Amino acid sequence: MQTKKSKNILLYFLSLAISLFFSSTVIAQADPLIEKVSQKLAQVNDYVAEGIMKTDVAFIKASLGKVKVYFKKPNLLKIKKEGGISLLPRGGVSLTINTLLNTKQYTTIPAGNQVLNGKNLTVIKLIPTDDNLDWVISTLWIDPVEALVYKTATTTKENGSYEITMQYGEYAKQGLASKIIFSFNTKDYKLPNGITLEFGDEDPTAKQKALKNKKGTIEITYSKYTINKGVPNTIF
Amino acid sequence: MWSLIQIELYKIFRRPRTYIAFGAIAALIVVIQLGLKIDGDAYAGFLMKDINDTLTVDGKVLNGYLICYILLQLLLVHVPLLVALIAADMISGEANLGTLRLLFSTPFSRTHWVLAKFIAASIYTILLLIWLAFLALFVSMWIFGTDDLFLMKSNYVVLIEQSDVLWRYVGAFVFASFSLLTVTSLGFLMSSLSSNSIGPIVGTMSAIVFFTILSTLNIPLFNLVKPYLFTTHMNNWKEFFDIKVNLDNEAIRGSILNIAKIKTSLMVLTLHIILFVTASVIIIKKKDILS
Repeated sequence: MQTKKSKNILLYFLSLAISLFFSSTVIAQADPLIEKVSQKLAQVNDYVAEGIMKTDVAFIKASLGKVKVYFKKPNLLKIKKEGGISLLPRGGVSLTINTLLNTKQYTTIPAGNQVLNGKNLTVIKLIPTDDNLDWVISTLWIDPVEALVYKTATTTKENGSYEITMQYGEYAKQGLASKIIFSFNTKDYKLPNGITLEFGDEDPTAKQKALKNKKGTIEITYSKYTINKGVPNTIF
Repeated sequence: MWSLIQIELYKIFRRPRTYIAFGAIAALIVVIQLGLKIDGDAYAGFLMKDINDTLTVDGKVLNGYLICYILLQLLLVHVPLLVALIAADMISGEANLGTLRLLFSTPFSRTHWVLAKFIAASIYTILLLIWLAFLALFVSMWIFGTDDLFLMKSNYVVLIEQSDVLWRYVGAFVFASFSLLTVTSLGFLMSSLSSNSIGPIVGTMSAIVFFTILSTLNIPLFNLVKPYLFTTHMNNWKEFFDIKVNLDNEAIRGSILNIAKIKTSLMVLTLHIILFVTASVIIIKKKDILS
């Protein structure tokens, strides 16, 4: 009786060990679709992109601005507004698809398929293997035919969650988007009248919008990419 | 008439008191500019605490345009007091010295003299404003450089492109000249009522302080009278720095959010100027010069 019980326990642990071994093997394997996307992005060592940036945050009134986006492998990214002040989501813009995948420090989990804007996309979750990375989890919506990432949703350790939606055009072959929309959650903005010295009536519509809409977007529409021509490190 | 204005200008600029205002403005601006040059980043960091939770602001936020805006917010409330020092002494000072009788015995009419005095006081006011604009705007631009104007209001932020800023300052200073001329005319009216210098100066200052407090307090009872107080409208130069947005929340370059408010304020201030100066002329014309 005692021997049979010990045998059962042994069998239980053995089956648990086997299942854990196989499941971990599945996670550790790089997803072939991610590999395909990475190969596409690997063609680009660096780029300088010119574009127009639109800031849409409820409590900010800003006009469209010309920007230059600098990227260098593996994960250096800088957005500079030409002669002006730029407002960018805190820590979010550096988490583009290039910077996420080029680190190679992640495991992938397949998460099925979803239809997004009429496209049937494969959903894959990335989990970083390096504890020092700023992000916790990222979900990618990938077109399996074109190997293009159309959307990412990333949760960071310190800067909240971001969604990046991409549209492709002329530079789709290199996996570079023609339009990127960063969506992020905004916190409350309020300064006491005593500091701003604004005692009169303020724009009531702006006030209402700020109270209502807690989601902000930064939209960059690229007009031109200069690829693999070298970008000095001093820019970042 | 021009010779009368020249005489009055000579009298104004011969008095050491005239230069107190120029000196005070210069001292205040230099001190604030120095403080912001040394410790401006900490000040900007404090102002932008809420924004920095969500966004990274890249660029020269603390530039000459923002410094000028900060200076105007602080100074345009107090400059009227400096204007009162001269304007409220224009007629009463002469009455006190006993020279008013002498002036009015010349071939020029009392109306001529009163208008000449008012124009001279207005020139002084405008010169003070030009001095303020030079120090606050151009010297700040020279010290801190220029960039977009990043204005933090109580409930929202306005980012104005640097090429869209300078004309707004021109508009704001023109508007401010109407505000200060209203104070000049009030001081002038007070001056016509008295035969000593101190009374009208203190009276003008008290009126400005009193009405400014009424204008800033958000009490329903006071809200009824606020639209009629010149102090409510004096601060509306700030309207030049608020812009319209379209349905996509994009700021419209070259736009002013509430242009009607500026027009109304200019109208109210102009009416006050006309009212105060006309009242001064009537009072002086009917006044027995006993000193």
